[in-house]
Order: sequence, then C-alpha cells, then structure tokens
Amino acid sequence: MAFLDRTARSLLLGELASGMALTLRYFFKPKATINYPYEKGPISVRFKGEHALRRYPNGEERCIACKLCEAICPAQAITIEAEPRDDGSRRTTRYDIDMTKCIYCGLCEEACPVDAIVEGPNFEFATETREELMYNKEKLLANGDRWEPELAKRLEMDAPYR
Amino acid sequence: MEAFFATGFGHLVLVLLQTLALLIPLLIGVAYLTYAERKVLAAIQLRKGPNVVGPFGLAQPFADALKMLMKETIIPTGANRLLFLMAPMLTFSLAVLAWAVIPVNEGWAIADINVGVLYLFAISSLGVYGIIIAGWASNSKYAFLGALRSAAQMVSYEISMGFVIVTVLVCVGSLNLTDIVLAQRHVWFCLPLFPMFIIFFISTLAETNRSPFDLPEGESEIVAGFFVEYSAMSFALFFLGEYANMILMSAMTTILFLGGWLAPFGIEPFTWVPGPIWFILKICFCLFIFLWVRATFPRYRYDQLMRLGWKVFLPFSMIWLVLTAGVLMIFGWLPGAGT
Repeated sequence: MAFLDRTARSLLLGELASGMALTLRYFFKPKATINYPYEKGPISVRFKGEHALRRYPNGEERCIACKLCEAICPAQAITIEAEPRDDGSRRTTRYDIDMTKCIYCGLCEEACPVDAIVEGPNFEFATETREELMYNKEKLLANGDRWEPELAKRLEMDAPYR
Repeated sequence: MEAFFATGFGHLVLVLLQTLALLIPLLIGVAYLTYAERKVLAAIQLRKGPNVVGPFGLAQPFADALKMLMKETIIPTGANRLLFLMAPMLTFSLAVLAWAVIPVNEGWAIADINVGVLYLFAISSLGVYGIIIAGWASNSKYAFLGALRSAAQMVSYEISMGFVIVTVLVCVGSLNLTDIVLAQRHVWFCLPLFPMFIIFFISTLAETNRSPFDLPEGESEIVAGFFVEYSAMSFALFFLGEYANMILMSAMTTILFLGGWLAPFGIEPFTWVPGPIWFILKICFCLFIFLWVRATFPRYRYDQLMRLGWKVFLPFSMIWLVLTAGVLMIFGWLPGAGT
C-alpha cells in the first residue's frame, strides 16, 4: 500500500507542482532589489566610507596634528607632517591617506580628539587611475566641505552611543 | 503577379519571401526570449532583471548582440578549425530549418508536406550532431564530457518522445501538421492525452538541454559543457540555436497538444482573434513554463536523468500508446475507421 501511495504521488508530480506554485508566488512578489545608481539603500550613521577632514564653523581646520590617527592606523595608510603656523598654532603641512592601503576600520576616527578626520557616508569614489586614490590634505578638506552637513548629523546621531 | 509566382523563378522568389517573413519574426522572438528569460528568472528570484538599456531594458538583446559581434572569435590551438566553426552554424541552421513545416495558420506553412511530424523529428534529432561536433572539435575535456552527456540524453528522450508523437498520430490518422491541428477542432489533445502532454513537455526540456536537464551545459560541474571553448559570434550562434530550439519545441507542443492556431473552445470572443496570434500566445505560454521550470528545479543527476528517461517515460508512454490505440479500436473511434 505504501508503495502504491508513493508511486501514485510521484507519478502525479505533486511535489513538482507545489514547487512551481511557490516560485509562481515569488514571481508576483515585490522585488527585493533597488535600482542602484538611481535609488540607494539606507546607510547606518556608523557607515565607514570615504574619509574627510572637517573644519570648525568659522572655517578653521580642526586637525591639530596630534598624529594619533597616523599612530593607530593599522594599515599605515596615513602620513602626516606638521609644523607651527605663523600664528603659533600647530597645524599639518601634509596629511595624506593612501586609500588603496586603507582598510576602512575607522580607528583614525576613533582616535581623533577633535573629530577632525572622519569616515563619511560616501562609498562611490571609484577612480580610473591608482594615483587618484592617494588623497592629500586638499582633497580631504574638500571632502569635508562637501559632506559637512551630513557628517555633523551623523556625529550627532551617533554621540549618545559613544 | 499570380502568373509570375506560378513560374519556376517566381515560386523561388515567393518561397524566399515566405522564409524571410517567418525568419525575421523568429529571430526577433529569439532575441526577446533571452530578455524574457532574464526577466522571468529575475522576477522569481525577487530581482528586477535588465532594465537600463532602453525602456524596461527592451534594447538589452540588441546590446548583447552588438557586444557579441564586436568580440574576437578565439579558436583553440588544439581544435579542429573546420569542425569547430561548423558546429555552431549547424546547430543554428538546424534549429531554423525545422520551421519550414510549422503551420502558423491554416495553410501558412512554407512547406506543407504530408510527413511534417517525421521531418520535425528528424531535424530535431540532427541537432545533437552540432553539439557532438562542437564538443569533439574543441579538443577540451569539459566540452567533450558535455557532448557525450548531450548525445546520451537526447537519444534517450527522443524514444519516449517518439511514442508520445505516435500516440497523437494514432488519434489523428495523418502525419501532416495542418491535419493534426485541424483534428483538434473539438478538443485539444492536451485534455484526453494529458499524461502524454506532460511527458512530451518534460522530454522537450531534455531535448533542448534546458534545466533541469541541462547536464550538457552543467555550469556548476563542467563550466559550460560543449561550448566552453566558444566565444563571440560562434558562441552567440549556439545560444541562438538553443533558444530557437526552445521556440521550435514550444511550437511542436502547441501543434501536437494545444490545438495550434485554433482558438480555445472555438467560441465567439476567442475566434475574433486571428489564428497566428493564438499560435504565438500558446508558444509564449509554453516558453514561460520552460523558464518557470528553469527557475524552480535543480539539475538532475546523470543517473536520475537516465532512470527517468528509460525506466519511467519509456514504459509509461509505451503503455499509454497501447491503451490509447486499444480504446480507439474498441469504440471504433480510429480516424478513417468509418470510411
């Protein structure tokens, strides 16, 4: 009897039909993917993307050349040179990040006492040449100016958990 | 004009025009079948599929074709050049050749020959040569394995397919495809011969090397099977051949079981739609099932494939053939029995 039952079931293709019914239900379900370049998924405020050097609201750059980020960087991607400025404050003369070395661990951001170096929400900074990924101070400051509103918001939203 | 077409040369021109009128829609259909496949698979996997090139990605097949044309045809050093280049052409031309006898509407077949079914069967059986030649001429292990699998698979399934076709022929009493369709005026054969319809459809899956019987390609084991070594247009020809074969097999299913160009039930609102539209709609329905099956089932193991072909389909279709013939005999329903 069990044999007959089994044979009948396999001959009637019941399992195949139920499998196909399942895929047909999926066929009409709303799609899980988004139209990426035109439509983007949400990003956490802790997302570690492209680096930026921030400024104070008065335009003064935040970085005080303490070199903590350079010291903590596990990939040794950061190079900093510094000397006192004419007004006596300590500032960097060179702040380079080799984006090809960077592992996006976010330790530079953690180490920074003045929230100067941050990793922003931008992840679309692919380039055509390798050289373009050797970021200098100018590029990093420009990033900071470009993303400042979002960077400030991210820091504020994440502050309670730090 | 009529007089011109009656002459020998005129007839040639007429046939050429008819061929073009069939081939161009067919090739466009093949192009859009690749698009439809990607869209259907994507939808079932909750993706969107191609949607960037043109509106809804409708220009995607042409973009793909252009890409294929621009690429370099690589011929492996160890390959047999002549056979290597001949195989894709053979596959593609055979897939197209079979369309000569397909009646799209009453009297619309290019060659309305009285052994249409045999012709179709012969041409679709020849398709295996393209694959074997490709696999052998590539001089590559994967290609060779794929070709061997394909040969064994196509031979196994053709036998049960033959019995299914014979069952239909017993009901019709003619080998002419137009007659087969016209015999379904009252009821399509997919209803009285439902198990045969299912077996035929599954066999066409195996015959066209579609999943779950895509062992000759077996992407996860033998990379791409018989066409691993092919690139650019020679690859595209295999690709087109496979899809043209899919459409052909759908057309065959439509003619044998789904009443060809006949409107369902033959009643009013349905009969307003012209026959070729019904024919195309039925083909699309079959093709959708092809894609749907591909999205649903994993690949068969080789011994399972052989077991299904030889130990399930063959005896089953044989018994059903005898049964059908017996029923027709007992009730005197054999076509031509009354005359």
